[in-house]
Amino acid sequence: MSRVGVVSWGAYIPKYRIRTEEVARIWGDDPLRIVDVYLVDEKSVEGLDEDAVTIAVEAARRAIRRAGIDPRRIGAVYAGTESKPYAVKPISSILVDALGLSNNVFAVDMEFACKAGSEGLVAAIGLVDSGRAEYGMTVGTDTSQGEPGEHLEYSASSGGAALIVGKDGVAAELEAMYSFVSDTPDFWRREGSPYPMHGEGFTGEPAYFRHIVGAAKGLMEKYGYKPSDFTYVVFHQPNGRFPVRAASMLNIPMEKIKPGIVVTHIGNTYNASALMGFARVLDTAKPGDKILLVPFGSGAGSNAFVFTVTDLIAERQKTGVPTVEEMLRDKIYVDYAQYLKMRKMIKLFE
Amino acid sequence: MRHESVPIYWRNIPHYYRLVARRCKRCGAVYFPPVAKCRCGSTELENVELPREGRLVEYTVLHQVGTDFLKQKPLIVGLVELSNGVRVAGQIVDAQPDKLAPGAKMEVVFRRVIADGKHGLVMYGYKFRPVGGI
Ligand SMILES: [Zn+2]
Repeated sequence: MSRVGVVSWGAYIPKYRIRTEEVARIWGDDPLRIVDVYLVDEKSVEGLDEDAVTIAVEAARRAIRRAGIDPRRIGAVYAGTESKPYAVKPISSILVDALGLSNNVFAVDMEFACKAGSEGLVAAIGLVDSGRAEYGMTVGTDTSQGEPGEHLEYSASSGGAALIVGKDGVAAELEAMYSFVSDTPDFWRREGSPYPMHGEGFTGEPAYFRHIVGAAKGLMEKYGYKPSDFTYVVFHQPNGRFPVRAASMLNIPMEKIKPGIVVTHIGNTYNASALMGFARVLDTAKPGDKILLVPFGSGAGSNAFVFTVTDLIAERQKTGVPTVEEMLRDKIYVDYAQYLKMRKMIKLFE
Repeated sequence: MRHESVPIYWRNIPHYYRLVARRCKRCGAVYFPPVAKCRCGSTELENVELPREGRLVEYTVLHQVGTDFLKQKPLIVGLVELSNGVRVAGQIVDAQPDKLAPGAKMEVVFRRVIADGKHGLVMYGYKFRPVGGI
């Protein structure tokens, strides 16, 4: 038994991709300019029969397979999403039966834009650390929405990432966590509204940068870290530019954030964005590596976590579970019409 | 099309979600979909979860499909022999029919099967897809 930490991780990226230039072709944008603005070359698209539930199940199954634990030992399961197929009916209870958990499990879906999945991590850590659950699981899952022809469409994508927290068999020990939250009207979606709205100039300085930098700086000041302590730093990735800029504001060199950047290849998977970057880092991390993880959710808030990789990481990396890198390469390109069909955006009689 | 009722779907959740089969305690025969009585006459069967990988035995491409699947044409349906020898029929997704072949390595995936209109239940279940992509 060690201190509480991440025992296992699992990620899932749907196979379908649409290139930024294909989206730009439809809406009359200059593809080179769009790629230059967002640093997103292509994004993942869920299949016609996929949604935030199926994506969550796949990511969670991979995390359980990697952990090699009996799923009935998991005492808490949280789903963080902003693309629930049901307005009312939890994803977390579907996870209970799809994963074969016991019925004695704390379960809820969380919503805080892209931060909910990482808030599930906080809750799982609390239950495990206090001894009320042996293992806890959180899944960030989304098939995120963007109005066709609007900025968000160039990045809003689909994917999931799951983490299992425990005290036994820890591969990345938790050292510290810190949060930074305020009421910021940077991005929202009203009940029943199909696409989110965003407050243009609000998304950068007062939202993403203030909260990411606020959480990271707060954590470093409170617990006495400096940027050079970290081997890797992973931020939420709404586009390719924001995490790079956040790093420079925190004096973190580029080579520490590059391994955790996935947005260029799959877009912004919302609740899975930072957790997917974290999974990619864990896929290749070495014992002793220190990882700073800072997810962000609009509305707005950030959690900052510091993990230290343990000797058990090598064992977890050799379980045959697909790596994020393998999934980034395993893809089928679709055109804009197929994309609309897969995303269920063509109006049909039902 | 009349969908499976909500109670029937609910009762089938273990076998739709996790391929829970029935194994005869007397002779060891495994049944999927689950049955109440074994060929050997025994009614003592236990639940057993099937493995989630296997090989494609045979497949076919359907161009005439039921109304619930009209928007998914063509539908690939196949028979997969799981790693413990049990054969399960199901829909094959994330695949191009001309690149599939018997013997291909397959994995079980969790997918939407039927959505009951705009307001009804979304029914989830198992499907298969080739491993490693094609
Ligand atoms: Zn028998």
